[in-house]
Amino acid sequence: MPEEQKPEGVQGAGPAPNEPKQPAAEAAPAEAPAAAAPKPAAPPKPAPKPPAPPPPPPDWTGDLPDALKEEFGEKVSEFIAYQGQPSFVAQMDAAYEVVETLRDIHGFDYLVDVTAVHWPKRDEAFDIIYVLYSFDRNERIRMKIRIKDGQKPTSVVEIYETANWLEREAFDMFGVEFEGHPDLRRILMPDEWTGHPLRKDYGILNMDNRWVQENLGIESGQ
Amino acid sequence: MAETYLDSTELVLNMGPQHPSTHGVLRVIVKLDGEKVLGTDCVIGYLHRGVEKIGENRTYTQFAPYVDRMDYVASVSNGLGYCLAVEKLLGVEATPRAQAVRVILTELNRIASHLVWLGTHALDIGAITPLFYCFREREDVLNIFEKYCGARLTTHAFRIGGLQYETYEGFEKECLDFCDLFLPKADEYEELLTGNRIWVDRLRGVGVLNIDDCKAYGVTGPMLRAAGEKWDLRKAQPYSGYEKYDFEIPTGDNGDNFDRYMVRMEEMRQSVRIVRQAVAGLPEGPIMAKVPKVIKPPVGEVYVSIEAPKGELGYYIVSDGSTQPYRVRVRPPSFVNLQALKKMARGCLVADLVAIIGTTDIVLGEVDR
Repeated sequence: MPEEQKPEGVQGAGPAPNEPKQPAAEAAPAEAPAAAAPKPAAPPKPAPKPPAPPPPPPDWTGDLPDALKEEFGEKVSEFIAYQGQPSFVAQMDAAYEVVETLRDIHGFDYLVDVTAVHWPKRDEAFDIIYVLYSFDRNERIRMKIRIKDGQKPTSVVEIYETANWLEREAFDMFGVEFEGHPDLRRILMPDEWTGHPLRKDYGILNMDNRWVQENLGIESGQ
Repeated sequence: MAETYLDSTELVLNMGPQHPSTHGVLRVIVKLDGEKVLGTDCVIGYLHRGVEKIGENRTYTQFAPYVDRMDYVASVSNGLGYCLAVEKLLGVEATPRAQAVRVILTELNRIASHLVWLGTHALDIGAITPLFYCFREREDVLNIFEKYCGARLTTHAFRIGGLQYETYEGFEKECLDFCDLFLPKADEYEELLTGNRIWVDRLRGVGVLNIDDCKAYGVTGPMLRAAGEKWDLRKAQPYSGYEKYDFEIPTGDNGDNFDRYMVRMEEMRQSVRIVRQAVAGLPEGPIMAKVPKVIKPPVGEVYVSIEAPKGELGYYIVSDGSTQPYRVRVRPPSFVNLQALKKMARGCLVADLVAIIGTTDIVLGEVDR
């Protein structure tokens, strides 16, 4: 069954890390009427609801965030440790240098993963997430950049060979193009496929019917 | 005149997707100069089912069985990683008993996964007998799974917060019996293979990937350890109570096919050690932590990874506070490890390419998801 209303009501989830207070403030008025919409007034009900305001995730402190802040200043921000997992946000134009610094100076020699998340309602519609690990420090961190649809983050293939396929997959699934990638082709979907399946506006039953008809000789995959 | 005829010319060949030695539907475009491989390009995606998309359209509980279908020879590991990730999002931890049972089943599954690898890889190299032996022992593991949860391959053995089922009568004894039975069998496989001249000649010095290459390509698991890096997530960042067990991380020196074989053989023995300890110290108590009926993690995102038989298996889950994950990303070890094929295969012979694909230990269900 298609359950495609998911993008609705997730607005607050994106900015949550940077402005922890804001979603909490919004949540109370926004949720109460929605929950109690059919029946009368909300005031008595919301009383048990308020566990919603989540405490802001603790800051990520230590020598690494300090060093990054010192070197990149405004271009890195939101150092948090949600559930004990350190992460931060970098600006798109600084991402390549930040990753390079992390590998060369701070020893993050293993790029675990590159992936994306689509937030269609946001102006900066995509999060690109880099998971990095350092063997020496035994530490795993996440770097996130936020880009608008159509913006092209710089590929990190030159820093980590493994980014080659990972970025290809992000391109295949989300349509995010990486500047300077040596071989940016689709990887999981067929080359001639149109559309990027993991975008939120691509329903779970959607498919490229033309491709299916031409290549599989059937009317539709459904 | 003769020169023009004898001049070597490059030839581009397709290997797969229907080819017995590619362990599924992997297509490798090989550029050849005679028998020598000049370059490879993998074409994957034949088994792409959109697992991550499905995850966004199912509840947290509903999605759990789907992850078993990625690395289907190590489905228990997949399930463990997913459950741990959702538990992290919820901020709960499985009970001690559940953790210990999880460790037992996961390690048994590691043995089963390595046995499938060993049998099929030996078959690729031309040794037919080990396949029957390996599958015979694997059958015992699958029988334990079947008795425990009713399924043999895609087990869905764990639930978010713990376990669905208490262990069955005689579970401990059967696990220990298997351990006792398995160790001599592992020696038997080694007797067939380790000293076998054909086996050694085919594997030693082939498909070398040193530590730096491994890190550059993000290669983990037995391949990284075969290169000499003593790194195992069970030790580096223990989960599910692995810090309580005493075991070694086997490593190799050369990072070639033979070292990968030796590392996997030793890993199976270490898994036996872990199973024995876990069974001996199996605590009593509840098998399910306090988890709400409807799983609705708070807004947030986590990345949790485990040491699957093939390497680091990670789940990156973004929650928007609803009952369905906003995004589930699977970091599959097979997919990432397969990328290093082009590095390992350059300059080798076609026949060695088969051996290299074999020791990379890929499962296409996981590569393509």
